[in-house]
Amino acid sequence: MPVESLFARLEPLLPGVSKPIQYVGGELHSAVKDWDAVDVRWALMYPDAYEVGLPNQGVQILYEVLNERADTLAERTYSVWPDLEAVMRAHGIPQFTVDAHRPVRSFDLLGVSFATELGYTNLLTALDLAGIALPADERTDDDPLVIAGGHAAFNPEPIAEFIDAAVLGDGEEAALRITDIVRDWKAEGRPGGRDGLLLRLAHDGVAYVPSFYDVDYLPDGRIRRVVPNRPGVPWRVSKHTVMNLDAWPYPKKPLVPLAETVHERYSVEIFRGCTRGCRFCQAGMITRPVRERSITTVGEMVQRGIAATGFEEVGLLSLSSADHSEIGEIAKGLADRYDGEQVSLSLPSTRVDAFNVTLANELSRNGRRTGLTFAPEGGSERMRKVINKMVTEDDLIRTVSTAYGNGWRQVKLYFMCGLPTETDDDVLQIAEMAKHVIKAGREAAGRKDIRCTISIGAFVPKPHTPFQWAAQLDHETVDRRLRALKAAVMGDRDYGRSIGLRYHDGRPSIVEGLLSRGDRRVGGVIRRVWEDGGRFDGWSEHFSYERWESAAAEVFAGTPVSMDWYTTRERELAEVLPWDHLDAGLDKDWMWEDWQDAVREVEVDDCRWTPCYDCGVCPTMGTEIQIGPTGRPLLPLSPV
Amino acid sequence: MVQRLRVRYAKRGPLRFTSHRDFARAFERALRRAGVPMAYSAGFSPHPKISYAGAAPTGVASEAEYLEIGLAQVSDPEATRSALDCALPPGLDVVEVVEAEPPALADRLEASRWRIVLDGVEPAVAEAAVAAFLAADCVEVERKTKDGTRTVDARAVVVALRVAGPGATGVSAVDETAPTAFCAILDVVMRHITPAVRPDDVLTALRHVSSLSTPVTPLVTRLAQGRLDEASPADAGSHPRLIDPLNRDVATTTPPR
Repeated sequence: MPVESLFARLEPLLPGVSKPIQYVGGELHSAVKDWDAVDVRWALMYPDAYEVGLPNQGVQILYEVLNERADTLAERTYSVWPDLEAVMRAHGIPQFTVDAHRPVRSFDLLGVSFATELGYTNLLTALDLAGIALPADERTDDDPLVIAGGHAAFNPEPIAEFIDAAVLGDGEEAALRITDIVRDWKAEGRPGGRDGLLLRLAHDGVAYVPSFYDVDYLPDGRIRRVVPNRPGVPWRVSKHTVMNLDAWPYPKKPLVPLAETVHERYSVEIFRGCTRGCRFCQAGMITRPVRERSITTVGEMVQRGIAATGFEEVGLLSLSSADHSEIGEIAKGLADRYDGEQVSLSLPSTRVDAFNVTLANELSRNGRRTGLTFAPEGGSERMRKVINKMVTEDDLIRTVSTAYGNGWRQVKLYFMCGLPTETDDDVLQIAEMAKHVIKAGREAAGRKDIRCTISIGAFVPKPHTPFQWAAQLDHETVDRRLRALKAAVMGDRDYGRSIGLRYHDGRPSIVEGLLSRGDRRVGGVIRRVWEDGGRFDGWSEHFSYERWESAAAEVFAGTPVSMDWYTTRERELAEVLPWDHLDAGLDKDWMWEDWQDAVREVEVDDCRWTPCYDCGVCPTMGTEIQIGPTGRPLLPLSPV
Repeated sequence: MVQRLRVRYAKRGPLRFTSHRDFARAFERALRRAGVPMAYSAGFSPHPKISYAGAAPTGVASEAEYLEIGLAQVSDPEATRSALDCALPPGLDVVEVVEAEPPALADRLEASRWRIVLDGVEPAVAEAAVAAFLAADCVEVERKTKDGTRTVDARAVVVALRVAGPGATGVSAVDETAPTAFCAILDVVMRHITPAVRPDDVLTALRHVSSLSTPVTPLVTRLAQGRLDEASPADAGSHPRLIDPLNRDVATTTPPR
């Protein structure tokens, strides 16, 4: 049965909403396939506004990988702004895809990519608008399977009741495998219905199906155990790791939107994974090991990507791009290739060393030298040992002096507040560091009009990191420390005016903490907040801390748990963590040791250049570090 | 810069929701994909030489939008048209490209002709509204702007306005299972002035002077732009001709000042 497009009903309503172009689709390289010509149909969602969701690499990669299959179609859907939500409710228009404006409920699968937990309320809006029951156990065979992915899926327990399954890790191969399973199940006449399909996914190990696990609690609120409630369902579900990134050169033809979005560039991942071992960094822990894309593939992808999109900027993405074994050759090769053309190159430059400045110089050969960004993360030497960010103040001063001396006018420094063992003085050290930066910078640049911007976020302990046991700092203390820091910076006569300070209040981080390390009991809070109007929690103009606070108080009343219990409470080794049955490959004993090392201010080296320290990932997942150098040059331009 | 090309393009169907900023970004990318040898401005952040002429409002379709590009290499206008049209998504269509000649493009765009489809409006009701509007010397309407509201005279800019007759219903893509009973189509020629007065303002004015109400958001399309042909009849009920701004004949006449 063909599915009707909702566009004819939507179109007359669009003039009344803000930025209607975001709901129209028709992006370059978008695909509309014949509904009846395929076996499996995916709706892919990024649960934020189109302007944020469209550039998302994960969604774009899966969209292309799935649409390359003749038996599959994939369309995209994003969160609609509250003005359109109201109009859709008034006119009975369900959640739609932007490609062919088909109702989301008609698809076989709804894959939702969670880069952050703050998208959870937006998931509920989309499900409700789609006409899909919020509790997964109330869904029928006519509803799509709702599958969560992205980094937040490494602890999907807070949304366990709203999703049918979660996929951990790299999505390319997993999405294709799920497609195969769904296709076969449909071809066989859907044996066992929805439950039968979920069992197939669970037995295969490709996805985690929360409803097949029971969680028991101790009287004090901690988890007693998590056990499978069906035969043949694995005790632990493992993440997926794509090996050989050269075999997966996506996106090949990225979507080029008409509407303005947050990233307007061709982005290519130059490697996945990071073994720098920063203890706060969930991304670095759950994406191990390091897998480089070769210089040749990077060169080809950039050439094809620029030709296919007309973008003016190329972003070389990864968790620490300066660490690619051939980054110098890549940077020089691309700068040479696009010399004299209107193509600029960017590298998220967070590594604090002079080599990074050399790279940035190369990449900005034809352009303006405005700002460089470094991430020391901790203000004091002691703090940086705790978080394993191996940067000395001398390193930093040397690096920024090189930058200012090379014509860069502005340096941005990223820090966190509320790290484990942090004291007031550790945070005040940030001010001292910034003053030293300006002092050294003025000398190196020979002028006074240089600037340093300090950007500070509140630290949120994340699952699958050595800090997963740590107490999150309460928001009152975070705010007090940041106020003291501000006073110390602003009060300085010599340097204060050259230093900018950017921070947000600490309360959203507490909610992020609740959602990050929460268990299934947090689901009730998410639902209560959503019923109370919670939408777009990642946007300060929509976020309400009071809404979360009162929902948590209401839902947790009479139970041993609370907002504080989930956030500011330190955990013991013996405690069963909500995500212990989800396997990122990290050995729990190693992580605990690393947590103890953190408290003792003991650092650990990067396993790319020093012997393995047994984090557990490679042997558990059957993976290995893949790094060059290949020694090959960036291929010269060839006609496309 | 060695050559200037004038481009006429259309904004059709769903892509009428493309804002001018959105279009400008898409057009610059299309120029790059199509390999058009653009001339760039000098300076710290060079940008391609493109001048846009008064864009239709977001949500309004158009058959006649204009811009001018500066090239660093002489290119064939028709080859450029077809390359650009291929590089833009369907719905943003490049209709015609010619070499620029004096007078300036802006001087060739004196007025616009708009078609306004009023679904669910009885033609007789529209006729009455048009008659009342044309009989007035001045119809002031309030318009929301960034800095509050501004009062404009919608009557003064209207050179001609008539009900073009009942049209086929469903033109504005209303759900076909519930067709509206009537549909009136307005045909209006409006002079460009600063600050701008738009078809929307004329609709507001029509509602002011009569019992007209529009149950469905009207679908507005710019059909043409150009200079008013002095030779064509000047009374408001009839149809003044607009001289094609890409027409070479225009080059020989000097615009009146």
